[in-house]
Amino acid sequence: MNCSEFLAQLGDFLDNQVPTGLVGELQAHLEGCEHCVITLRTTQKTIQIYRNHEIYELPAGLRERLQAAILAKCKKGC
Amino acid sequence: MPIIQAQGTEEVHPDILLVNRARQGDVQAFEQLVKQYDRQVFRIAQHITQNREDAEDVVQDAFLKAYEKLEQFQGNSKFYTWLVRIAVNESLMRLRKRRTGRMVSIDEDVETEEGSMPRDLAEWRPDPEMMYGQSELAEILRKTIQGLPPGFRVVFVLRDVEGLSTEETAETLGLSVPAVKSRLLRARLQLRERLSRYFRKNEDGTK
Repeated sequence: MNCSEFLAQLGDFLDNQVPTGLVGELQAHLEGCEHCVITLRTTQKTIQIYRNHEIYELPAGLRERLQAAILAKCKKGC
Repeated sequence: MPIIQAQGTEEVHPDILLVNRARQGDVQAFEQLVKQYDRQVFRIAQHITQNREDAEDVVQDAFLKAYEKLEQFQGNSKFYTWLVRIAVNESLMRLRKRRTGRMVSIDEDVETEEGSMPRDLAEWRPDPEMMYGQSELAEILRKTIQGLPPGFRVVFVLRDVEGLSTEETAETLGLSVPAVKSRLLRARLQLRERLSRYFRKNEDGTK
């Protein structure tokens, strides 16, 4: 397996969706390829950082305005 | 009205119970759903519209629409996924209004080779996010993701940030599963490549 072939499977590999038969081949490639190890590790980290950090916080007062709008709708129709 | 009931030991998702209560007129049950999901809906709307005012309007419109259409919710998908679909559609409508005459291409494939082959192969620092203060890091992450093509950005946000499955993301965006997978990988690799300049061990990439 070369780097392009590894890269083609990277998405499924990150999501644990690689067919069982192929996992060994991917791992064998990783053992001999530092570049793909770095790509894998830093891509995992990229996902983790975006998942763990809230970059858009809920604006103050939005929830209250929303609840008021729902209550108003409810008074009309429920 | 289809009421979803537990069969045998199968557990009913707590959202379904809240939806059923809301359908029967319990507005507090719906408010509970708002509290659970307003952050996520706001984030998705902000990522798509790139405009805070529009994103706030989307949150309001999406929840009100969900409330109005609660009877149409079938219960064969998760409430959250159903809500996200409404929010994505509302966001795209806002975007199109704001950009009349300009192409809004979240449903088009983007011809770009960027990120298809990693160029920056430097190792990152062990805890790269610790190198920056919270607000500086948030700014880096915002700037970096804003640079992605919209069609890649929305797939990454739904799949990797908001935790929808590949199939749910495909259904929400009207894309095929292979298209979602391909965009997701390219989005991840482009973000990785762009973040590398902030997080790599050495300035010049050498060891």
